[in-house]
Amino acid sequence: MAHIELRNVSKSYGIGKDRIEVLRNINLTIVEGEFVAIVGFSGSGKTTLINLISGLEFPDEGEVLFKGQPVTGPSHERGVIFQNYSLLPWLSVHNNVAMAVKEKFKKWSKKQISERVKEYVGMVGLSHAIAKLPKELSGGMRQRVSVTRALSMSPDVILMDEPLSALDALTRGTLQDEILNIWNKDKKTALLITNDVDEGIYMADRIIPLRPGPRATLGPEFKIELERPRDKTELNNNDNFKQLRNSILEFLIQIGNERKSKVSKEYILPGIKPILRTRLGTRV
Amino acid sequence: MKDKSINVLKFIGLGFFEPVVRLAAGEEIKKNLTELIKKVVFPILSIFLFLILWSVGARALYNTEKNYKIETARKAGGETAVKEELARLETGQSTINSLPAPAAVWDAFKSLIADHKAISIKKETFYERVSKTNEKLVAQGKKEITYTGRPSFVDQIMTSLKTVFAGFILALFLAVPVGMVLGLSETLRSSFNWFIQIFKPVSPVVWFLLVYMIVKTLTLTYDGDVSFVISFIAVGLCAMWATLVNTTLGVSSVDNDYINVAKVLNLSVGQKVFKIILPSSFPLIFTGLRITVSVAWMVLIAIELLSQSPGLGTFVWEEFQNGANDSNAKILAAMFVIGLIGFMLDRLMFSVQKLMTFTEA
Repeated sequence: MAHIELRNVSKSYGIGKDRIEVLRNINLTIVEGEFVAIVGFSGSGKTTLINLISGLEFPDEGEVLFKGQPVTGPSHERGVIFQNYSLLPWLSVHNNVAMAVKEKFKKWSKKQISERVKEYVGMVGLSHAIAKLPKELSGGMRQRVSVTRALSMSPDVILMDEPLSALDALTRGTLQDEILNIWNKDKKTALLITNDVDEGIYMADRIIPLRPGPRATLGPEFKIELERPRDKTELNNNDNFKQLRNSILEFLIQIGNERKSKVSKEYILPGIKPILRTRLGTRV
Repeated sequence: MKDKSINVLKFIGLGFFEPVVRLAAGEEIKKNLTELIKKVVFPILSIFLFLILWSVGARALYNTEKNYKIETARKAGGETAVKEELARLETGQSTINSLPAPAAVWDAFKSLIADHKAISIKKETFYERVSKTNEKLVAQGKKEITYTGRPSFVDQIMTSLKTVFAGFILALFLAVPVGMVLGLSETLRSSFNWFIQIFKPVSPVVWFLLVYMIVKTLTLTYDGDVSFVISFIAVGLCAMWATLVNTTLGVSSVDNDYINVAKVLNLSVGQKVFKIILPSSFPLIFTGLRITVSVAWMVLIAIELLSQSPGLGTFVWEEFQNGANDSNAKILAAMFVIGLIGFMLDRLMFSVQKLMTFTEA
């Protein structure tokens, strides 16, 4: 059964003449246990897409279905990892994660909650920093806490909105592996939004480009038939990988060019000449 | 050990003593010596400069008045009148009430402390004498006899501190809840904005009169100190606006990211308010509270003066009315005490505010 399904979803913002249709006719099906990556340009509506699936926003047309039922709001079953981490800065790492655990397991005692928090924080390698405040952590560490917080609720689906965009390239690589490791353990359904094609190919089973907005639609999907576990260094020599990468990039560049040509406006210039003041007097 | 003490100093706002600690530990002598000179020696020198300027100015003002008196005497009755005037100035029959010199202010301060000690002794002996009678009265269910003599300077300081504390608590419990409600509801905010804008700039004197009108009737049967009640209510009402505005702003401008976290975690409304919105607005709320404390201390003196509550404001006014020889000096002594207490209150709030800041900014 499809875990997540979007049927003819459209979403617009604004009213009247300022109304912008961000997404139009989005059709997407994600099967249980699949890892899907959506790659796209900035401002194409990627965050809107994730918000529709998680239930933070509602579509103007079409339906968003989770396990066959329409999505009516956010839920523990759909864990979200935000682009800005969104850690509460006045709470320590432990308490940030505990807050999520407590909402999912309302009847648990403090001790039980604490144990679960410690287990999950240990999974991302932050046991030594469990009592620190977010301001005392580096960007990579904060993102790990954000991942832990989402996972500690044992969601059925993990939605990741450009989780690694704000990190440097080296930390990004490390965290990609860590996320994959965690995903491997339970093989949950995962949706990754990213602006990096390599990251999408490295991590996902399927990669779908999102056309640039307004009225963004999903492009053709590319199946990734590379075997897991994937090795980053070896991947660069893999013909399959190179071919896949080139096709996706070609497609994206092509769309980019189309958009440029669509966007350029014709300006009719007035037929006037500048008046020049020279030493020899005014010259028209 | 050294680092810990430096952290403590910085926390209470006395970070300029850092070079002293480092020098005592023998660290980087040259750099810390220059730091010491900049942060400790220069300020002390500037204090001396201030005292010297003050002294010179006071002397000059005194001489101007003295010469004026002599000239008037000369015009009235010639040289003999001048000699009489000089004699009168010696014995103190004729006084010159100009700006007192630093030495005079220090003497006045010492005499106020001595006066306080004397009054404390009087109070003790009074309560010893009256203790037996008081026990009988309490057993009969009647009120105790209290000391009704003149309050000393230190007693007045205590009354002022109590009033400002009570006023601050009132402001806190009025402004924070109201601010939160206004911050959460856009409709209420725009409905009541006019009220805040009109009452915020009202002068403390007018607030006092307003409170007096209302509280006077309500406390007809109250036999405590009515002037204290009126004072602290007026102080609270004057000072609460900063906290109110800041709380409203803090609550209404919570980062969208945190609201999203609340949504994704499916928090109830109560939890959302108390676990996410309130903590995230703490920095602004505490900034408001710090402003409230300093405003409260400033308006306190004026309000006490009007309500005749036995505090520093009354002290200053009475000395001014007295016009005795050392009155001006006493007033200046009170001024320095007021300033120092205000400084300490602000440092206290500063430390509390730092505790509540959790972002890098």
